[in-house]
Amino acid sequence: MTSQPPPPPPPTARRRPRLGGILVHLSLVAASLVVLLPLAVVFLTSLKTSEEVAGGGAMSLPGDWLNFSNYATAFSDGRMLTAFGNTAFILLFSITGTVIIGSMTAYAIDRFRFRAKKLVMALFLVATLVPAVTTQVATFQVVNSFGLFDTRWAPILLYMGTDIVSIYIFLQFIRSIPVSLDEAARLDGANSFTVYRRIILPMLKPAIATVVIIKGITVYNDFYIPFLYMPSQDLGTISTALFRFKGPFGAHWENISAGAILVIVPTLIVFLFLQRYIYNGFAQGATK
Amino acid sequence: MTETTDAVTAKTPAAGRRAARGPANRPQQRSARRPALQRITPWLFLLAPLALLVTFTYVPVANMVYYSFTDWDGVSPDRNFTGVDNYTQIFTRPELFRVFFVSFYYLAASAFQIAVALYFATVLSFDLRFRNLFKGILFFPYLINGVAIGFVFLYFFQDGGTLDSVLSWFGAETDHAWLGDPTSANTSLAGVSVWRFTGLNFVLFLGAIQSIPGELYEAAQLDGASRWQQFRHIIAPSIKPVLSLSIILAISGSLSVFEIPYIMTGGATGTSTFVIQTVKLAFQFNKTGLASAAAVVLLLIILLITWIQRRLVPDEKVDLV
Repeated sequence: MTSQPPPPPPPTARRRPRLGGILVHLSLVAASLVVLLPLAVVFLTSLKTSEEVAGGGAMSLPGDWLNFSNYATAFSDGRMLTAFGNTAFILLFSITGTVIIGSMTAYAIDRFRFRAKKLVMALFLVATLVPAVTTQVATFQVVNSFGLFDTRWAPILLYMGTDIVSIYIFLQFIRSIPVSLDEAARLDGANSFTVYRRIILPMLKPAIATVVIIKGITVYNDFYIPFLYMPSQDLGTISTALFRFKGPFGAHWENISAGAILVIVPTLIVFLFLQRYIYNGFAQGATK
Repeated sequence: MTETTDAVTAKTPAAGRRAARGPANRPQQRSARRPALQRITPWLFLLAPLALLVTFTYVPVANMVYYSFTDWDGVSPDRNFTGVDNYTQIFTRPELFRVFFVSFYYLAASAFQIAVALYFATVLSFDLRFRNLFKGILFFPYLINGVAIGFVFLYFFQDGGTLDSVLSWFGAETDHAWLGDPTSANTSLAGVSVWRFTGLNFVLFLGAIQSIPGELYEAAQLDGASRWQQFRHIIAPSIKPVLSLSIILAISGSLSVFEIPYIMTGGATGTSTFVIQTVKLAFQFNKTGLASAAAVVLLLIILLITWIQRRLVPDEKVDLV
C-alpha cells in the first residue's frame, strides 16, 4: 500500500489508502453485484432464443447479441404499446392534477387566514396516517358508485386525491416565497387567483419539478391501483400489462425478460438524466 | 400605469376611513367589513382538494368501519348487521390470523435493510472514489417497477436459475426450490424486498447526513476523532428523526406488503400477507364485510404504531402549521 503515490494534499484531510478503505470498497462492489446481477441475467435472457433459455444455464451468454425478436414479441403480443399509451394518459392527467391541487392547497393554507384553517390542516394531517392500501375495499365502492370502475379516470382521481406528500413539498416551498411579492401584486390590482397564477405558480417551479418526478415514478410503477380498478385488457398500464405476461407467456422467460427490460429502460433513462433531482426529491418527499 | 393608479385609488376610500378610526379597533372593523368574496377566497382554492380528500379518504374510512360490522358481499343491496362477528372471526380463525406471522419475515428484513442502508449512507457520505456511481447503483432498484422486479426475481430463484448458478461457483450445489416451502419462500421474498427498498432508506439517510454542517466534521477531525467516533457522536444524533421515520415506515410497510408476494407467488405456499388476504376476501370471495374488518384491524395497528412512535420520538417539525 505504501507503494501508491501519495495523493495531493486536499483542503480537508481525507482518504488515505488503508485496510479500512479497501474493505469499504469491497463492500460497495459486493453490494453493486447484488444489485446488478439479477438485472444483468434478465437482460441476457431477453436476448436469447427459447432453445438457448431451455438448454443453457441462467448465466450463459446469448448466441446473438442483437436478437431483439423477444422484444418485438413482448411489445406486440404483450400489448405494451397500449400499456405505454394508457400509462402516459394517466401520468399526464394525474401529475397535472396533483400539481394544481397540491399548489392550490398549499397556497390557501399558507397565505390566508380563515376560521377553519386549523381544521383543514388537521384533515390533511390525519389523512397522512391512513395508508391507502388499507382503505381500498371501501374506496372501491366509492369509485364504483361514480361509475368510474374500469375507466382510466379511477386511477387518475385516486392519484390526485390521496397525494399529501406533494402538498407538504409545496407548503415547504411556498413559505420561502416572500409575502411582499403577493402584496406588491395586489397593489397592482391583482386578485388572489392572479397572484396564484402569476406569482406563486411560476416561483414554485423547483418544487413542481420535485413533485413531477416523485409522482411520475410512483404512478409509472404502481401496480395495486390499476390492477384493482382497471381489469380490462385494453386498459392495461405497463404494470398490469407486464403482470399479464404470466398467463400467455407462461414459462417463456425470454419474452417475460424482454417485457421486464422494456419497462425498466425508461426508468433507467429518466434516472440517468435527472439523478440529482431524483435523490433530492425523494429525500425531501419522504421526510416531510 | 394608469391601471395601477386606478386600483390604488379605488381602494383608498376604505383604507382612509379605517385609518381615520384609529388603530385600536381596526382588526374588528376589517373583519366585519371584509367582502364576502374575500372571505370565501381560500375556500375556492380548497374546494377541489377537500372534495377529493373527503371522497377518497374520509368517506372510505367511514364506510369501511360500517361495512366491517355487516355481512355485506359488496354487490347485493341488502347487508345485515352482524355486530363484531367479523372481528371475532379474524382473531379466532387461525387461517385468517396466520397472515400476521408472515409480517415477521419482512420486519426482520427491514431491520437488516436499515442497517445496510445506514452503513452505505455513512460510507458514501465521505469522499470516495466512484462515489456517485455506487450511489446510483444502490438507489436504482427503488425506482424499478414492482412487477418487473417480481419477474426478475422469479427467474433469479428458479431451479438452476441465477441464485443456484452463483452458489455453485462457490461449491455449494443446491437442489433447493427457493419458493417451494413457506420458510424459504418467505425468506426469499423478504430478501427481494430488501433488494428493492434499501435504496430508499439509503437516500434518506444520505440526505440527512449531508445536511450536517461540514465544520462539525472538521472540528471532530482536528480533535482526532476516528470515523467511528464521528459516526457515533455527529452522524447518529443528527439522523435520529429520519431513522425513527424509517422504522415506522418499515413496520407499517411490513404489515402491508402486497406487490412482491402477489406477483411472484400469488400468496401460495404460505406467503400470503395481510393485504393479499384482504384483497382476496373482498374481490375474489366477495366477503366485503370480513375484508373491511380486516382492513380496520390493519389500520388500527398502523395508527397505534404511529402513535407510539410520536410518543417515543417527539416530532420536532410539525410544520404544517
